Amino acid sequence: MASELSVGSQVRALMRREFRVAMRQRSDLMNPILFLLVVVTLFPLGVGPEPATLARIAPGVIWVSALLSALLGLERLFRDDFSDGALEQMLLMPMAVEWAVLAKIIMHWLLTAVPLLILAPLLALLLNLPKEAWGTLWLSLLLGTPVLSSVGAIGVALTVSLNKGGALLSLLLLPLLIPLLIFATAAVETAATGLSPAGPLALMAAITVLALVLSPYAVHAALRVSVN
Amino acid sequence: MWRWLHPYAKPEATYRLNKKLLPWFAIPGVVILTIGMIWGLAFAPPDYQQGESYRIIFVHVPSAFWAMGFYMGMAIAALSAVVWQIRTAEWAILAIAPVGAVLTLISLFTGAVWGKPMWGTWWEWDARLTAQLILFFLYLGVMALYAAFEDERTGAKAAGILALIGVINIPIIHYSVYWWNTLHQQSTITQAITRFEKPSMAPEMLWPLLVSILGFLLVSSALVILRLNNEILKREVRRPWAQTLLLKENR
Repeated sequence: MASELSVGSQVRALMRREFRVAMRQRSDLMNPILFLLVVVTLFPLGVGPEPATLARIAPGVIWVSALLSALLGLERLFRDDFSDGALEQMLLMPMAVEWAVLAKIIMHWLLTAVPLLILAPLLALLLNLPKEAWGTLWLSLLLGTPVLSSVGAIGVALTVSLNKGGALLSLLLLPLLIPLLIFATAAVETAATGLSPAGPLALMAAITVLALVLSPYAVHAALRVSVN
Repeated sequence: MWRWLHPYAKPEATYRLNKKLLPWFAIPGVVILTIGMIWGLAFAPPDYQQGESYRIIFVHVPSAFWAMGFYMGMAIAALSAVVWQIRTAEWAILAIAPVGAVLTLISLFTGAVWGKPMWGTWWEWDARLTAQLILFFLYLGVMALYAAFEDERTGAKAAGILALIGVINIPIIHYSVYWWNTLHQQSTITQAITRFEKPSMAPEMLWPLLVSILGFLLVSSALVILRLNNEILKREVRRPWAQTLLLKENR
């Protein structure tokens, strides 16, 4: 028997459920953000507090730290659901699994990217990023973080049945995320020199759309391998 | 085509085919590679600008070329493994990955050695070197993911999915890195082949290069075939066909 609910309401229900589960372990959400803040703080201490140097490396530092902190929080996507069996139920639901995966990805993005977007001006301030580039940094984070959630979901789905997935996850995902890093930092740097960052931002948007459209299928295939 | 391909989903049939194919790859491969190397390294004329040191091209270009080519081969094997659940295709992924990774490593190493006299530095963050390095990481990821699973079947399937994702990403990575920066020259071979009237490379250099590329292909394929057969025997060692075959071969 197919359910009476439309796909839209099923996706919304799943997102509500994800939100509720996440709100019960708020520290899991906060820790990656705090990690990001600490890593960004380390750079001025490591390379020296020279404002010009900091402004030069700021886009790269912020984006690399965002990638690393995203890796820390990714496992939450499927790990708990895998160990308590909810993931198997999700695969058995009378709806296309891709929609359920997309709901999880969107909720994960909302829960991880929104704090990051709120924090972004502070990071820009700490690293003395030129004022002209602030908007572009913010836009690049807005456009790029969905890729982190959706490509990350593939990696987590592949490694979720392993106990020691963490280091492996970074080995699998970071090479795939390199184009994102290149375009994001290029956008912020061109903006900092006063040029229009529209080109790299448009490419980032293209990558985001591609990742959001294709990754649910890959995640589904990977989950079927992991769950058996 | 399917009637023709289908029997090779059976490990035994693939094993026998590989056994037959192996000498056809291994013997010409060694001969052609030797010819290409000696021709290129000893007899091809020195470059008017780079002198003798350009000769590393006869190792560098073939390995870089097939590093990418074998990734494509691995992705095709992965596609057949994921879509049709063919076990021999899963083993083919594992047979190809280390060979491709070594080819990538050879191209990176020779690139660095070549870069020292030409650009004055071992490593330059140039587009093609960087793309090759990322390709190396992709190979390592596939191998690491396979090794992480206790159950080989699951590991091979997961590695196959990763290889497919990598293949979608390769063009994106390629263009992003290009766009990012470049010191490396454009591919000389495509220029030499597409512009017949005014080739960018002298034919006495181009020919040994093409011979080396063919030699690299044949030798690497022979290694893949050997690895695949080893894998088949290892997995099927308890099956009657493998046992009778092993007994017969060891007599």
